[in-house]
Amino acid sequence: MKEVVVLSGKGGTGKTSIAGSFAALAKGAVLVDCDVDAADLHLLLQPAIREKREFWSGQVAAIDESPCTKCGLCQELCRFKAIKDFRVDGTSCEGCGFCSHVCPVEAISMKENMAGYWFISDTRYGPLVHARLGIAQENSGKLVAVVRQQARELAQKQGTKYIISDGPPGIGCPVISSISGANLALLVTEPTLSGIYDLERVLGVCRHFDVPPLVCINKCDINEANSRRIEAYCQAQGSRVAARIPFDRVFTEAMVAGLPVVEYSRNGASHQIEALWKQVSEQLSG
Amino acid sequence: MIISIASGKGGTGKTLVATSLALSLKDRGQVQLLDCDVEEPNDHVLLKPVFTSSEAVCIQVPKVDEGKCTYCGKCAEFCAYHAIAIFPKNVLVFPQLCHGCGACSYLCPEKAISEERREIGVVESGNAAGIEFAHGKLNVGEAMATPVIRMVKAQANQRSNVIIDVSPGTSCPVVESIKGSDFCLLVTEPTPFGLNDLALAVETVRELGIPCGIVLNRAGVGNSGVEEYCGKENLPVLLTIPLDIDIARNYSRGVTLVQGMPHWKESFINLFERIQESAGERSRSLKR
Repeated sequence: MKEVVVLSGKGGTGKTSIAGSFAALAKGAVLVDCDVDAADLHLLLQPAIREKREFWSGQVAAIDESPCTKCGLCQELCRFKAIKDFRVDGTSCEGCGFCSHVCPVEAISMKENMAGYWFISDTRYGPLVHARLGIAQENSGKLVAVVRQQARELAQKQGTKYIISDGPPGIGCPVISSISGANLALLVTEPTLSGIYDLERVLGVCRHFDVPPLVCINKCDINEANSRRIEAYCQAQGSRVAARIPFDRVFTEAMVAGLPVVEYSRNGASHQIEALWKQVSEQLSG
Repeated sequence: MIISIASGKGGTGKTLVATSLALSLKDRGQVQLLDCDVEEPNDHVLLKPVFTSSEAVCIQVPKVDEGKCTYCGKCAEFCAYHAIAIFPKNVLVFPQLCHGCGACSYLCPEKAISEERREIGVVESGNAAGIEFAHGKLNVGEAMATPVIRMVKAQANQRSNVIIDVSPGTSCPVVESIKGSDFCLLVTEPTPFGLNDLALAVETVRELGIPCGIVLNRAGVGNSGVEEYCGKENLPVLLTIPLDIDIARNYSRGVTLVQGMPHWKESFINLFERIQESAGERSRSLKR
């Protein structure tokens, strides 16, 4: 079982459109949406939910007003500034439990926090493991770890060859949780100066976690000079541009139709995505 | 006034809106731009600021003095992040897992734990085209963006209008960035992904009790879902930017919307005035 994770650094470069197309091309892979706080892959794959589970993320402090003597020790010691006027701000609390431990009158308890749901669903391309992080919740990295673990177990049980994972933007906690231990990272970029800067940083993450990268330039004709710059940069970094996909309205049209690009259209961009999947699957198998 | 610019979905145009809004306001008084997308900051790519100061962002991680340590295991038992492991004659600290809460050093009965600073990022500040500017950069390989975001926000100038560029998504970095804003502008595109993620962002902003309005970018593609949603949810669409290949080309070269097409400046000033009205209405209704 081999896992490819689709990342980008910069958001909106086409990760989900590519991952959704890979799902259709791979036929029978286990699919994962690791972008747990703004998940979109389900909009292309139309999953039927088979299992729904609660995600318990950790703890949040709660102050019981009656024993509280307002001594202020908790406020003084909390490094996350999560306690103000003897109330806990749940969006700032990181669940360390320091306050609860030091409170001289034991007025602070730690409450388990239900921070979202994860699902195992059936799609016409194979099982999809996905999640929905609760509103303004933290610990998205932990939820990513949960969905990836579920996907691995499913793939093992079914003897599946590939896991295709749609990753989040950025380079922080959920990205690190998505990439660690993957066999290949496909980096979808665009030829804008922002795209290039963000690609450099996400390539750094691949190096840091020792996951081989492969690069795809989407909307390559928006700025041909920048596209060439990306190719030269990747080459210098010992990485490779595996596909160049010109700007194509088919990406949006397919999204509106609720289909992966390769199913919606048989022309242009679809050919490039097919050729890209061929390279990705070869590299995973090799 | 503090205006944050978020989106849910990435790549909808937050940076485009943040930079052009800041540039349009600079002749009308002090304006400051804070790029809180510390994982992938991009405002500097367009504005090419001159930085006058650079400060490391550090968190405090435990350092165990094994001469004093009795391997009692209290610290490991206590640590919610499993950042310390105790063996019969050995202590292991995992600094990457540590959130820097400080509990272990405070609670150690032998006073064997002190703290040392571990750098996780940097905050740079300076000036960009007449705008006060600051951004944060999370070091590559680091997971925790929020301490860097907190330090970027600490640069806020109380006398200025402050514009905060936010990372995509809806989880902790976004909450940390938009908290305390007077108004949140949500930039979206008229596609099913744009709509799905906008709805999540709206829920987040409402949870925090911040008034919000919409910028519809790349109008003309996709479908009418976003507009119908905004109508139903009573969300004002404060600015519409059409899908325009020239805007995309300028952006790809690092040219902001108002620099490439100066006639847009008026639209951004108008946008700011509408934000002021909305935020003002709200503060009046709160006083009532």
